[in-house]
Amino acid sequence: MKRFFSLNSSAKRRPSRRGPVVNASTLRHAFDRRAFVIGGMQYGVGILLAGRMAYLAIAENEKYRLASESNRVNLTLIPPRRGWIMDRNGAPLASNRADFRVDVIPERLADPEKTIDEIGALLALEPTRIADIKSKLEGARGFAAVEVASGLNYEQFAALSVRLPDMQGVLPQRGFSRYYPTASSVGHLIGYVGPASAEEYELDRNPILITPGHKIGKDGLEKQFEQRLRGTPGARRVEVTAGGRVLRDLESREDIQGDPVKLTIDGPLQDYAARRIGLESGSVVVMDCQTGDLLCMASMPSFDPNSFSDGIGSAEYAMLREDQRVPLRNKVLKGLYPPGSTVKPMHCMAFLKAGISPQETISCAGGRRIGNRFFNCWSNHGTVDMAKAIYQSCDSYFYHYAQQIGFDKVAEMAKDLGMGQEFELPVTSQFYGTVPDPDWKLNKFDREWEPFDTVNASIGQGYYLASPLQLAVMSARLATGKRLNPRLILNSEAPSPPDYNFDADEITYIRKAMSDVVNGPGTAGRGRLPLDDVKMAGKTGTAQVVSLSVSDGRSGPWKYRDHGLFTFFAPTENPRYAGAVVIEHGGGSGAAYPIARDVMTFMFDPQKGMDALTSLERQWGGTAQQRLDQRYAAYAAERGAEVRPPPRRDEDIFDQVEAEARVAAEQTQEIGETFVAPRPTANPSGTPPPDAVTPSTGIQSSNPAAAPTTTPSGPQASGAN
Amino acid sequence: MQTARRSVIPYPIARQPWGMLIPLFLLVLFGAAVLYSAAGGSMSPYASSHLIRFSVFLVMASIIASLPRELVRFLTYPAYIVVLLLLLAVEIIGRVDGGSQRWLDLGFMVLQPSELMKPVIVVTLAHYLSSLPVGMISSWRALVVPGAMIGMPVGLVLLQPDLGTSLAIVFGGGVVLLLAGLPLRWFIGAGVAAAAAAPLIFYFGLQDYQQRRILTMFDPEADALGAGYHIAQSKIAIGSGGIFGKGFNNGSQSHLQYLPEPHTDFVFATMAEEWGLVGGLFVLAVFSIILRWGLGVARTSKDRFSSLLAAGMAATIFFYIAVNLLMVMGMAPVVGIPLPFMSHGGSSMLTNMICIGALMMVNQWNRKAPRGGLSGGIS
Repeated sequence: MKRFFSLNSSAKRRPSRRGPVVNASTLRHAFDRRAFVIGGMQYGVGILLAGRMAYLAIAENEKYRLASESNRVNLTLIPPRRGWIMDRNGAPLASNRADFRVDVIPERLADPEKTIDEIGALLALEPTRIADIKSKLEGARGFAAVEVASGLNYEQFAALSVRLPDMQGVLPQRGFSRYYPTASSVGHLIGYVGPASAEEYELDRNPILITPGHKIGKDGLEKQFEQRLRGTPGARRVEVTAGGRVLRDLESREDIQGDPVKLTIDGPLQDYAARRIGLESGSVVVMDCQTGDLLCMASMPSFDPNSFSDGIGSAEYAMLREDQRVPLRNKVLKGLYPPGSTVKPMHCMAFLKAGISPQETISCAGGRRIGNRFFNCWSNHGTVDMAKAIYQSCDSYFYHYAQQIGFDKVAEMAKDLGMGQEFELPVTSQFYGTVPDPDWKLNKFDREWEPFDTVNASIGQGYYLASPLQLAVMSARLATGKRLNPRLILNSEAPSPPDYNFDADEITYIRKAMSDVVNGPGTAGRGRLPLDDVKMAGKTGTAQVVSLSVSDGRSGPWKYRDHGLFTFFAPTENPRYAGAVVIEHGGGSGAAYPIARDVMTFMFDPQKGMDALTSLERQWGGTAQQRLDQRYAAYAAERGAEVRPPPRRDEDIFDQVEAEARVAAEQTQEIGETFVAPRPTANPSGTPPPDAVTPSTGIQSSNPAAAPTTTPSGPQASGAN
Repeated sequence: MQTARRSVIPYPIARQPWGMLIPLFLLVLFGAAVLYSAAGGSMSPYASSHLIRFSVFLVMASIIASLPRELVRFLTYPAYIVVLLLLLAVEIIGRVDGGSQRWLDLGFMVLQPSELMKPVIVVTLAHYLSSLPVGMISSWRALVVPGAMIGMPVGLVLLQPDLGTSLAIVFGGGVVLLLAGLPLRWFIGAGVAAAAAAPLIFYFGLQDYQQRRILTMFDPEADALGAGYHIAQSKIAIGSGGIFGKGFNNGSQSHLQYLPEPHTDFVFATMAEEWGLVGGLFVLAVFSIILRWGLGVARTSKDRFSSLLAAGMAATIFFYIAVNLLMVMGMAPVVGIPLPFMSHGGSSMLTNMICIGALMMVNQWNRKAPRGGLSGGIS
């Protein structure tokens, strides 16, 4: 416009200033001039448009061609099938099964609430599940897919697919989902999978992490071996409309399945042990005495990794949180307990090394005077030598000799045999417990070591804390005299653990005494294996968590009851397997050693072991998984609507569990501030906690004898891989 | 213009301005081809109706072309009043129905009176100004009455609200006023006033979505999925076409629905994607032939009424073309103005064919009494 005026004004202004010299001729001239200028302006616009178009089409052609291609072509990553996690015999502990699933992309939803309601109605989802999805959507990052449901059948999938044109941002797809055949039995060991969180995507900007349907390891071995299990995503290039409708496939590349991880775990044994724990809260560890292979690391009660992998539901989470048996805690690694009398054989080894002859005796008069104070034994044992001290678990003997050689030496032996140690294992975390000694006490509490500390520690009480894994390692090292290290991943190289400098005589002596605990005049007579050719040796332990004045350890509030412990190995003469059983608040060792007995029976004679379990599970109301499912159904029906949702990040859940486990361990140590007077019973046991009672919803007849066959029931759906 | 004056060709055919009409036919056919592609390779629904409408309106245009000057002058003010009443009727019916409305349903067709107003305002002003005594051209009467003539329909159209059409009416009227010889300082003053008022209008007069459209014009990529989506996709379509285009029926932007309105407002982008720069230059060339012819008609007119009428009609067509193409190429905000002779849509085709018909009419008048020297009097 400017050019127009500047061209014109000089010509026009002169006449108008001079006055109204306007006639037909000047108007005609003005018209011609101005029409000419307008024409010129139109040409100008035309040239501008042509130039602009040439610029777009030639100079920026490359850029816009790319933009057009990226509009047209959509690259979809196909989540790779995850590598299997297998037991030592190649049976899957974690596999994949083909299924149909549906995700939503939050940023593409026009009306999230309405869409979720529609999908919920279509798939008949539970109201709690719908509420969970909505709350998850609120906190979700726009681009990352949120799982709505998985494991759909074909009819549901088809019903949803038909309605897709009206549902922007809803992605039904065929894929593979993680499947754990033995479910809760391997929950703590294997962990579970879930969609990557925002933080995980920040750390690893791999586009596969935000691909709908792709899940990564969230806990346990799934997390530890994430990179190895992940595999290589496949890809599909498709032509899509602006609305997201796929017109045709351009090319596609198959995914490459992740590498498998082979564990030392014996799948059937793991499942058996987990189920055998029954209504109690505890853990069972079994090690191979030649290689250190961990055959079983069961921690119960547990969560169902299948259900966690679908997303942790509010009701499910609340139920697990409220259970005082802490089903979210992996007790094998993060349960710390006073080892109680189970350390006595190991302490005896320390005495032997300090030059105490096994034949030396003391007199137990229902206790022993140490310094100027009398400390009770749990019973009056009369004259006691080393063997009797072990099989009768005489406390006085240990008070006396620990005081005599000094607890430093005992602690040294304890640490050498694995107490207070961490092991090289592919686990997210493990607690190392405490072997108390004067230095440690001074450091921690700024107090001097007192004689009663030696007394407490000599019988595995007081500040002493150990995890079930450490107890199993101690048991295996003591039984073999070899520095066995636990291992979890099976590889070809057979470890050759170095010997301790134990004499064969010493080892034989301790083995014999421990055998007598079970097979002789010892404290665990009912622990004898129901087998003719194999004998089990062991040591009972009852760990007090509060002083005698608070509780008798067997009745009263569950959390005040004694822990029941048992370390064992079998066969007695040439140990092949060793292990430990710890039952939290089981009321005493009587709760622990029958489990060890049945687990070892199963090891040598699976049928006999299974029979024992079957009859027990009939009383309990089904297998562990069946009881968990029933409890959940009852809980969701009763409380489902009013529960608080779980933390947004899965990491928070387990951080919280770990923090609580540390606090629990600290609390256990509080008892060490005074002398812990032993219980006056040999191997007591209490009743399971009220939490464990399964609601009788009538489902319990559903074949509790679902045996953990020698190969765990394989993936059930078609196309599993 | 004077392509055929051979005796073998019958006069009624030979007298037609073929130099303009043949490029116009080619452009309409080309438009039909683009619409065929925009419909996913099908004559229906766009291409066939496009051609039918053009044929019908061409007949209408040739009827207009044969109207005598006196009849046109006689009908001018009544036509203006009728269209103004129609605009008022639209407004009232819209209010009664509780919602804004731009059209009247006449039963046999849907009519947008605001479209009719574009050519009608040009004729009305041409008539008024040409009948105004020469000496009064620089007096207030030359401004106030035409100002009211423009202001009333513009106000009604703005109420609809339809900014694009209001601007088209103002532009058409303004060009007629300018060419009528009104003092230039008035236009400069109006321009300055408009520039000063622009920010106020922007912040207080425009709807939210209109503000966004203007803002995104300056940075369309900033909000590529929101308000800038249309412009961004249109530029992608034009830019990805390159020099020779992706080929007929191969435009992915339009076929995969990335391009909004590929058959109406963004038909040029649809075309450019498939035909490239070459197709774009063809379209621009045809438009320049038509406009050049239109201005030529205006300049060869012997009287003020005819020349103002012809120039105003050409300006109206030009406004459509310029605003649409500037918008499609990301240099003007998104206003709903279709591209003449290519976009699918009855109303704009009607308006543009009225303009073409009016130009042919003036062309006819010129032939009967060509401009002669200084005798170009005011009748």
